[in-house]
Amino acid sequence: MKRQDIQCDSQGQLRHFLTIEGHKRETLTQILDTAENFVTVGNQPVKKVPLLRGKTIVNLFFESSTRTRTTFELAAKRLSADVLNVNISTSSTSKGESLLDMLHNLEAMHCDMFVVRHEQSGAAHFIAQHVVPHISIINAGDGRHAHPTQAMLDVFTIRKHKPDFTALRVAIVGDLMHSRVARSQIHALNTLGVPEIRAIGPCTLIPPYLEQMGVHVYHDVREGLKDVDVVIMLRLQRERMDGALLPSELEYFQTYGLTQEKLALAKPDAIVMHPGPINRGVEIESSVADGPQSVILEQVSNGIAVRMAVMSVVLGRKPSGEEGEA
Amino acid sequence: MSERRDVQTLLSPMAGDLQSLLNSRHITDPAIIGIHTGGAWIAERIHQQLKPEQPLGTLNITFYRDDFTRIGLHPQVEPSNLPFSVDDRHIVLIDDVLHTGRTIRAAMNEIFDYGRPASIILACLVERSGRELPICADVAGERLTLEAHQHVKLTGPDPLELLIQESK
Repeated sequence: MKRQDIQCDSQGQLRHFLTIEGHKRETLTQILDTAENFVTVGNQPVKKVPLLRGKTIVNLFFESSTRTRTTFELAAKRLSADVLNVNISTSSTSKGESLLDMLHNLEAMHCDMFVVRHEQSGAAHFIAQHVVPHISIINAGDGRHAHPTQAMLDVFTIRKHKPDFTALRVAIVGDLMHSRVARSQIHALNTLGVPEIRAIGPCTLIPPYLEQMGVHVYHDVREGLKDVDVVIMLRLQRERMDGALLPSELEYFQTYGLTQEKLALAKPDAIVMHPGPINRGVEIESSVADGPQSVILEQVSNGIAVRMAVMSVVLGRKPSGEEGEA
Repeated sequence: MSERRDVQTLLSPMAGDLQSLLNSRHITDPAIIGIHTGGAWIAERIHQQLKPEQPLGTLNITFYRDDFTRIGLHPQVEPSNLPFSVDDRHIVLIDDVLHTGRTIRAAMNEIFDYGRPASIILACLVERSGRELPICADVAGERLTLEAHQHVKLTGPDPLELLIQESK
């Protein structure tokens, strides 16, 4: 409940976007509908709307990322906001300044929003608890915990192809253990009313709490992919693996990698998704990643529209009066 | 206290006036753009009557409003759709009610983000008093002088009716 409290103001308007957990279906739908309006901005000769003119958005990336940071930056720029990219490895944290001191300095520069990516779970939440009230925080991925805007762009992409969430069977395949994306996706799909979510992967990469989240666990990929509408492949997060969780990448590919032959078990019109970056030949075959059922690059374009929507819904909340207080 | 008016009787003369204006300016291939939501309803009717070659365009000015930071993001309507090139085209911009002029300012800004039109003609079903910007309608179905507390609203799409109300 605490998270829900901190993410919304007293009138229930979205103030921070830290996790999907605790949000009502209407909030998620509002973001998706808003994003729908931003898709066309990318096709305009002038790829910009003046909505957030005069706002300053800071990308605070404590962990490397190309796609997420660039799409957040583009999203902010297409909304006419000013963007500051703070590269933490070269910033003053390496001179011994504490995280909170750095935040207070950025606050003093009259910024409006921090987009935070951090390798520690709960980092965005921690920052949200300590910033001054007029600043909004968007979680761009924290440890193994959550990556809510990625989940929103995934459900947005699904809705474009399969408009009725209540008729879908969705399979998430691979390393769910280390995946903040998968956790956020499961919360989003549950909130939007998807009746059947499957997790497919080896025992070592499937966390035990999934079944409590209403997810059906499969260790046999062929059984799990049968008749699904959506296949979401996850990246093998080798950088987060400290232990012998897998025999070898080749064996993983042979067992769980998505090939055309395995994809044929899903529904004929099933779509294939991947949050990127993809490891070709590890979790997905190139001919599938580049094939007609793949919507992987569409996810990237949609990521800009969805991030524009999250930013404008958060910064577009009506003044509630409480923000002058603490 | 409120008053309802039928819109049909205003539409035909409005379409006629618009056609005369286009003729006098020698504009043969205009593109009609309606502003969501009421303006798009009117634009659709006018488009049916004038039958221009270009398909109907619609504009959602939500992201161009000047009161975003004061009143927040509005409930969503359809995205903008301009199915023609704006560059060097004569545009007919249509809205239901011209009041402060701020909507038209936002709409023109958005149109210019799509290109550089040759000209813009503004046609409104109702031109009422209360302008806050130097904007006026080239064609109006009706011109009304109203007090600040009186409101004009178009309800629709079927039937289209004008509602004139006193606010509390």
